[in-house]
Amino acid sequence: MTRYLIPDACIRDIGEYEKTGGYQGLEKALSMEPGQVVEEVKKSGLRGRGGAGFPTGMKWMFAAGDPKFPKYIVCNADEGEPGTFKDKALLKNNPHILIEGMAIAAHALKAETGYVYLRAEYPKEKEILEAALAQAHEKGFLGENIMGSGARLDIQVHRGAGAYICGEETALIDSLEGKRGQPRLKPPFPVNAGLWGKPTVVNNVETFANLPFIMRAGAQEYMKIGAPDCPGNKLFSVSGHVEKPGVYELPMGITLKDIIYDHAGGIKNGKALKAVIPGGVSAPVLPPDKIDCPMDFVSVQKWGSMLGSGGVIVFDEDTCMVQVAHRALQFFEHESCGKCTPCREGTGWLRAILERLETRQGREGDIRLLEDVSRNIAGNTFCPLGDGAAMVVLGFLKHFKEEFSEHIENGCPYGRTGKRPDRPAPVQ
Amino acid sequence: MKSEKSQREKTFSPGALTRLEEIKKKYPDKRAALMPALYIAQDEFGWLRPEALKAVAQYLELPEMTVRSTATFYSIYKHEQAGRNMVRLCTNVSCMVLGASTLKGTLKTLYGLAPGGTSPDGRFQLEIGECIGACDRGPAMLVNDDLHTELDTKKLIQVLESYK
Repeated sequence: MTRYLIPDACIRDIGEYEKTGGYQGLEKALSMEPGQVVEEVKKSGLRGRGGAGFPTGMKWMFAAGDPKFPKYIVCNADEGEPGTFKDKALLKNNPHILIEGMAIAAHALKAETGYVYLRAEYPKEKEILEAALAQAHEKGFLGENIMGSGARLDIQVHRGAGAYICGEETALIDSLEGKRGQPRLKPPFPVNAGLWGKPTVVNNVETFANLPFIMRAGAQEYMKIGAPDCPGNKLFSVSGHVEKPGVYELPMGITLKDIIYDHAGGIKNGKALKAVIPGGVSAPVLPPDKIDCPMDFVSVQKWGSMLGSGGVIVFDEDTCMVQVAHRALQFFEHESCGKCTPCREGTGWLRAILERLETRQGREGDIRLLEDVSRNIAGNTFCPLGDGAAMVVLGFLKHFKEEFSEHIENGCPYGRTGKRPDRPAPVQ
Repeated sequence: MKSEKSQREKTFSPGALTRLEEIKKKYPDKRAALMPALYIAQDEFGWLRPEALKAVAQYLELPEMTVRSTATFYSIYKHEQAGRNMVRLCTNVSCMVLGASTLKGTLKTLYGLAPGGTSPDGRFQLEIGECIGACDRGPAMLVNDDLHTELDTKKLIQVLESYK
């Protein structure tokens, strides 16, 4: 199989990167009209790798078609989805692929300024990226008159400050503007009114990283990789109870089973698989009989979860599902920005009910209450954070309801009863 | 409290002002420089004490309320007098199933560190962090800007002992 995202050995030097075909995709893009580049990306079928899987070419088309200037491109490197560390792997092992991808996008959209919104928890990756940006400037892939084409682009790194919600693109834009990172009501979408009201394309690190290959090899070749509706390779972050956790670059559509057993070495210490979260903590959990699920945006949805960020979290037979659900809801409560009532209040209630179950204080009717609160959050908020929290709870209840009932009746069967996990520090 | 008083009269140093000027150039709108300016302010003032927020507001010509509104939204900034070393232990799902809860207990017993608190000797401050993107090598923590992974009780103590 072809791997084009993460090289075998880390490449941070621009010369090394060029030797492996680096910046040839940009050269090719610059030889084309901006509109042709948008068309090529549209034809490639590339879907955004941030979690939603929105067709990248279409997003670009909307922004390119807006008559307002200047236009901005923004890289979402606020990788905060628990269980996800693939953008970090890209930044660390292949920073120039992001810069090249952003330069291709900038040409296609006639943007002259780009921002990388990088999460605060990645200080070392910030240094690596800034060093790579300096090299790219020096070599003329950034700055004025890029590769003699007359195009210009500056890329700035903007450091986040620990808010998960800033991974949502409109919250990210507000945060970049120096505001509290709270999602905006859409429409208008960022492609028409983003940063400072100007057309703005926000793409994930991995999305940008797909562009050099698409330009170099062409949309035709790109479509031969992966699943029919979701072409290309995907980075899977595998963690939890597996023998070989890590980031794996594999074609879209590979089964969850192959990822866990063929690549990540199977379940740790020879234990049995109990459950797996396929796309970061916000994706509903799947039981072992669903691991034949092909991992692409369309299939995972059909199988009852979502591909999300591709953060695969594996749980062995000794893992308490209520404890996992409780920890997930602590996270959502902590990270809810507080703007929409159903999410702000609902995530707290869900966490509190799950805490009761974990501490042997569960009441009859708690399961119905969990379902009821979840259904009243889903679909009633500005952004998908609330939906995520609700779907997570409903997912656990769908597949592990008996374990929840058992908690109410007899306490935690995993011997953790009474050990109440501390809550994360509250945010002012 | 003498140092407290001299801190209060402090403004940005020439070095910080140079950094601030550089940052302002990155954005077409000065308010966008607010988040990076807050990082510089906490370097200068130790934490985001009221005087720090005031200095940022004056420098960027923004209302103090605007600066405070943004600053308080984000959990990474130091909103209070902090211990010398900031420990962010991840306890999110992947790290939790690999034993992060035990480490939380160790921090409490050996260092007197409770979530959100500072150790009695002022050496450490503990935040129970959300995912720090090191799930493949959990349990993991950040001490200041350094990432430490595959922690168990022994390694946790070993690592912390290297911070003074």
